[in-house]
Amino acid sequence: MTDYRTVPTVCPYCGTGCGMLLEVSGGRLAGVLPQKGHPVSDGTLCIKGWVANQFVESPRRLTRPLVRKGGKQQAVPVEEALALVAGRLRDTVEKHGPDAAAFICSAKCTNEEDYLVSKIARAVVGTNNIDHCARL
Amino acid sequence: MSIKEKARELLEGEVDGVLGCRLVGGSHLPHLFTAAGIEDMAEDYPEGERYPIASIVRRLQTEDPGVRIAVVARGCDERSLIELSKQGQVDLGRVVILGLACEGDLARECGCAEPYPSEIVDGQRVEGVPDYSLVEKMDRMPADARLDFWLSRFGSCIKCYGCRNVCPLCYCKECALEDAEMVERGRVPPARPAFHLIRALDMAGRCVDCGLCEEACPMGIPLRTLYRKVGRVVEDNFDYRPGRSLEEKSPLAVLGTEKDLE
Repeated sequence: MTDYRTVPTVCPYCGTGCGMLLEVSGGRLAGVLPQKGHPVSDGTLCIKGWVANQFVESPRRLTRPLVRKGGKQQAVPVEEALALVAGRLRDTVEKHGPDAAAFICSAKCTNEEDYLVSKIARAVVGTNNIDHCARL
Repeated sequence: MSIKEKARELLEGEVDGVLGCRLVGGSHLPHLFTAAGIEDMAEDYPEGERYPIASIVRRLQTEDPGVRIAVVARGCDERSLIELSKQGQVDLGRVVILGLACEGDLARECGCAEPYPSEIVDGQRVEGVPDYSLVEKMDRMPADARLDFWLSRFGSCIKCYGCRNVCPLCYCKECALEDAEMVERGRVPPARPAFHLIRALDMAGRCVDCGLCEEACPMGIPLRTLYRKVGRVVEDNFDYRPGRSLEEKSPLAVLGTEKDLE
């Protein structure tokens, strides 16, 4: 028999924090409903929340790091991608100073993750060039 | 017998699952219970936490055409199920309705004429107070003032599609509101008044006045007033009220004066 349950969560799209229910049916994420009585959004969502289930299994979703090699993007292990980014970042900062680097964080991340990005930018690299996706 | 007791009894063989709600962190969330999980079913159904139950039934039957379920349904949920059944979208022969009558503020202020299902398991039957005050006020306004009113309200639309998404009677696979020929992509607010009138026309002969659209609208557009108006036009001309009975033929199913649509 098929199953149906709803899981309350917070919309991941922006920093507003609207309440949504993820509909789970047949073991798969099947849809979204606005959560009634939620202190932020009380049963309403914008279009991004209403379709938030679609990106989870989207074939266009980036699920592995891609590195351009010989003009072509290739999937590589996370460790390799991280080492590449860290190396380039270090080179750039050594050559041009900390303000040659900038950090863009995301409203899709948790407060804690964004706090850590701020720490990397300010305490590790030494720049105040930090911004977030909601301004784009 | 309470809804939960009745649900437990039905799960002993008559149905495979019961669609009701589960209490999670103080919220009453839609949930399909089996015999093994029925003890988690909530005992109360707060008026502020209504969900598109008929749409969930339609989805469950689409995924598993053989499934037999019981569903905790208010008057509006039952009307939606009846209308969906007449349009071939749900099979009521495999649905047991556990009727929940709306009480208190919901019954008095929701504005629905019949805030109770045909058979009540829980709640006291209270006659509804159909609210056509805004429809009648609109009717009395001069046409240009009326147009100004609606253009101004439609102008606040953020095009979230919530009114359509939450509507139990909106089940089309291809929606006119997503047709690039009819509704320009990326334009917010959408073309006025076309966007909202496309939906209003589609609600004629369909809308059961559950009010979920208005509750889902982040901008507070008085959508029910619009749909009550088209509903009244259909009722005045065809004596048809969506969801009232399984036997009455929908004017949408009849072509011309005699020919039935097959």
